[in-house]
Amino acid sequence: MSEKNLDDSTAKKSVAVDLAAMRHLAELSNIQMSDTELENMKDDVASILQYIEQLGELDTRGVEPTFQVSGRKNVWREDKVEKQITREKLLELADETTENQVKVPKVL
Amino acid sequence: MKNSELNSEILALARRIRAGETTARVVVEKSLAAAEKHEELHFLLEIFPDEALKKADEVDAKIARGEKVGKLAGVPYVAKDNFLTTVGRTTAAAKFLENFHAPLDATAIERIENEDAILIGKANLDAFAHGGSTENSAFGPTKNAIDASRVAGGSSGGSAVAVAAGVVPFALGTDTGGSIRQPASFNGVVGYKPTYGMISRYGVVAMASSTDVIGPIARTPADAALIAQILAGPDQKDATVHDNYFAPDFLAQDDNFAAIFSEKSRTIPAKSAQTSGENLENCEKYSIPTPRKIGLISEFISDGVDEDVKNQTLKLAEKLREAGHIVENVSLKMAKYALPIYYIVVPAELSSNLARFDGVRYGVRATAENLGELYGLSRNQGFVDENKRRILIGAFVLSSGYFDAYYLQAEKARTLLIREFDDLFVEYDFLIGPTAPMTAFKIGEKTADPLTMYLADIMTVSASLTGLPAVSLPNGFSRENLPIGIQVMAPQKKDATLLAFSQEILAISGEKSFNLEEKNTGTGGKK
Repeated sequence: MSEKNLDDSTAKKSVAVDLAAMRHLAELSNIQMSDTELENMKDDVASILQYIEQLGELDTRGVEPTFQVSGRKNVWREDKVEKQITREKLLELADETTENQVKVPKVL
Repeated sequence: MKNSELNSEILALARRIRAGETTARVVVEKSLAAAEKHEELHFLLEIFPDEALKKADEVDAKIARGEKVGKLAGVPYVAKDNFLTTVGRTTAAAKFLENFHAPLDATAIERIENEDAILIGKANLDAFAHGGSTENSAFGPTKNAIDASRVAGGSSGGSAVAVAAGVVPFALGTDTGGSIRQPASFNGVVGYKPTYGMISRYGVVAMASSTDVIGPIARTPADAALIAQILAGPDQKDATVHDNYFAPDFLAQDDNFAAIFSEKSRTIPAKSAQTSGENLENCEKYSIPTPRKIGLISEFISDGVDEDVKNQTLKLAEKLREAGHIVENVSLKMAKYALPIYYIVVPAELSSNLARFDGVRYGVRATAENLGELYGLSRNQGFVDENKRRILIGAFVLSSGYFDAYYLQAEKARTLLIREFDDLFVEYDFLIGPTAPMTAFKIGEKTADPLTMYLADIMTVSASLTGLPAVSLPNGFSRENLPIGIQVMAPQKKDATLLAFSQEILAISGEKSFNLEEKNTGTGGKK
C-alpha cells in the first residue's frame, strides 16, 4: 500500500460545502433544518469532509472492501414464534393511535 | 475456568452476601448513598432506589431460605442509557427518547439480571453515543470523577464515572470507536472492548453495526472478564454473534487464564522467579508468565501526544521489559488513516441506523401539518447537533457521485488496516499504546470544533474497525493528577489471553483503578 496520486477512477472530488449542498444533505437525511442552522453547521461539515478526504491518497486498486469483520454470513434460525411483545404494549409507545393503528398526519 | 476460582472483587462481594457477612440491602443502600453523594458528577440520568431495594430484599429472602441465587446476587450495577430496560426510561441521552419506556430488556440486561445483579440506574452518555466526552448528552455533561471541571470522556462517560466514583463495581457500556476504553482511561478504571461478535447487541440502541460492541467497565480485569463471560454467547435475536467460540466459557480458551486469575496464585515477574527471593507462603501455585512479544505502536507515542501520557507509556514498557517481556517499537503505517476511515464508515452506518427515528411509532413526535414535516421536524428536534452532523456526513459519503470515492474507498482502506494488524500479530502477541493522546480535558474545551474532539479517538478506532479485542488499563497519573490509560490489543477471539495479560500488566505496574469512595476515606486513590 502506498500513498500515490490517483488516476481518474478514484479521483477525489473536492467538495464545495455551500448552503445548497447542506440543504441537499438535510433533505437526503430527512431532517428539516432551517437555513440558519445549516449555515451554522456548514463550516464544521466542511472541515470534517476535508479531513476525511485524505483517504484519497491511498492506492486501493485491487483491494476488496471490508464491510464487516466477523466473517459471518447466511445465519439461519428456526421459524418459530417465541416470547412476543404484545401489540398493546407497542401501541402504547406511539404518540397517537386509533383502532389498533398508529395515527399520523396526512401525507400531503 | 470455573467462576469460583476467578479472583474477582465482584465475586468476592457476592460471596460475602451469600455467606451472610453482609446483605444485598446493605450493599445496595451503600451504592445508592454513594450515588447521591456524588450526584453533582451527573453520571446517572435516572436512579431506581425503590426497584433496586425491592430486588435486594428478594435476593436476601432467597438466600435466607437457602435457595439458589445467581453468581452476581446482590451486586449493584448501572447500564448506559442506550441499553433498553423495562424499568425506567431508555433515553440514549437524546430528546427523541426523553419519555421512552422500553417494552423489552436488552439481552445483555437479561443475562445480568438472570444472575441477580441489581440495576440501580441508567448512566449518562453522549446522545445516541455520538461523542467522546459525554458533553453531547441532551441532559447535560457528566463530570470526571477525579476532577469535576473536566469531562468524563465518552460516550460511556456515565458508566465510567459510576465505577470510578465507587458507586458500583461494574457498569455496562458500548464501544463503537473507543466509547468504553477512552472514558475508562480518563477516569482511571478498566474498560474492556471484546472481540466484535462476542456479545449480543439485541436491545441496545444501534450506532454503527459493523463496529458496535457491548462491554464492561470495572475495577479489575478479572471483574471485566467475569461480566463478559456472563454476557457472551449466541443469541437468536442477534445474528452477528458468533455461534460457538465464546460460549459456554470463553475464558477457558487460554490455559494461562486460570493460573493468572486464580485466587490462590500470584503473578511473579519472570526474571525474579529465578532468584526465589519472593515469599511464596500462602501460594498454592504461582504463575511465571510466558514472556510475550509486545509491539509498542510508535505512531501513538509521537508528537501530538501529551508528554505525561507518553512518559507513562514508556515507563510501563520498561517495566514490562524488566519483567522479562520483549517490548519493541513498531510502526502502524495505517494509523493516520484509521480515523478518516472511521469518520466515513461510522457516519454512513449510523445515518442508516438512525433512520428509524421518525417520531411515528415511538419517541417524541413534533407537531406537523403533514407526514413529511412530521419526520423532518421530529428528527430536527429529537437529535442533538452532533447527531445531525454525523447523519449529514453519512448521507454525503453514501450519496450518488461520492459513494465510490468516500465510502467504498474507506472500506477498501479498512481491508488494508486489517491486513496490517494481521501482519503485526504474526510477530507480536499484543500491541500497546496509550488509550488516548491526552488526559481528561476541561468541559467546554473541545466543543467549538468537532474535529478536535474526533482526534481524541485516534488510538481507539483501529480496534473498532478491525473487530479486535482491546482493554484500557489504569497507567498512572499526569503531573496534573489526571488518570492515564494504557491500551492493549490482541487478535480477534484472543480475549482470554488479553484479559490474563491485562491482569499481569497491573501486577507488574502496581497500578490500581481509581476509587473516589476509597479516596475520600483516605485509603486509596492516587498512588
